[in-house]
Amino acid sequence: MSSIIGIVLLSTGFIFNLIGCIGLIRFPDVYNRLQAATKCVTLGTCSILLSLVFFFGISEIGIKAIVAISLLFLSAMVGAHALSRGTYIFGVGLGGKSVIDDYKDQVEKEDTKEQ
Amino acid sequence: MKYLTYFLIIFLFWLVLTFELSTANLIVGCAAAFVATLFFGKYFVNNVKKFYQPHRYFWLLVYLFIFIWECIKANLDVAYRVLHPALLIKPGIVKVKLDITSKFGRVILANSITMTPGTITVDIIDDYIYIHWIYVHSTDPEIYSRKISGRFEKYIKRIFE
Repeated sequence: MSSIIGIVLLSTGFIFNLIGCIGLIRFPDVYNRLQAATKCVTLGTCSILLSLVFFFGISEIGIKAIVAISLLFLSAMVGAHALSRGTYIFGVGLGGKSVIDDYKDQVEKEDTKEQ
Repeated sequence: MKYLTYFLIIFLFWLVLTFELSTANLIVGCAAAFVATLFFGKYFVNNVKKFYQPHRYFWLLVYLFIFIWECIKANLDVAYRVLHPALLIKPGIVKVKLDITSKFGRVILANSITMTPGTITVDIIDDYIYIHWIYVHSTDPEIYSRKISGRFEKYIKRIFE
């Protein structure tokens, strides 16, 4: 029974990773691509790691997989934040489809303060 | 007190990571946790009393379940937008006012927002949090504030304040 759940989780993980990669190609600008990269790829990888818990039970491998999930979550969130903030301050604006941008004024204000 | 709490957390993490209860492993873990505390203990949060109040852990558990549910919803949402032939996006950066004052709570809120449907935290400046939204439903600040942070704010307040 537990190996069936493991296989199901493993395949969902692969499918979500695949969707994340397709999103990385299809979306128009950096920020939308980050959305696909953080959400789909993180959950896909977490689901692959969770399938290990079902294959091996709560043993050395299972516990390590759970610890790896929490670390992966934290690093993916912090990485997405750092990348999006860094690209905006570097000067890459939002794509053509965008409707609203509240952050622009703030960044310009900070720029004039520095000069 | 602050250093002791930090030491205990690191030691617990070591035990989980190595998953072995031999004497040698315990001694090595103690030494490693001690060195880490010596160097990084001063960066730890100041208000450690909150770690010893059990009702916060209860709300943390409730919050964790809500967070996992939102995270799964986020994935299905983004997957749908990726696979839709017309590419259903209407992106933009909006700014939302924060009600939470503690630094640690703010970090957790920002991280939760990153994992919920279609939103990524870009920056926190003063009392405002800047969020990239993949589909801006409305441009009215009241509505989108409630939609983005309202779900988590009350739980995070109970956990960290």
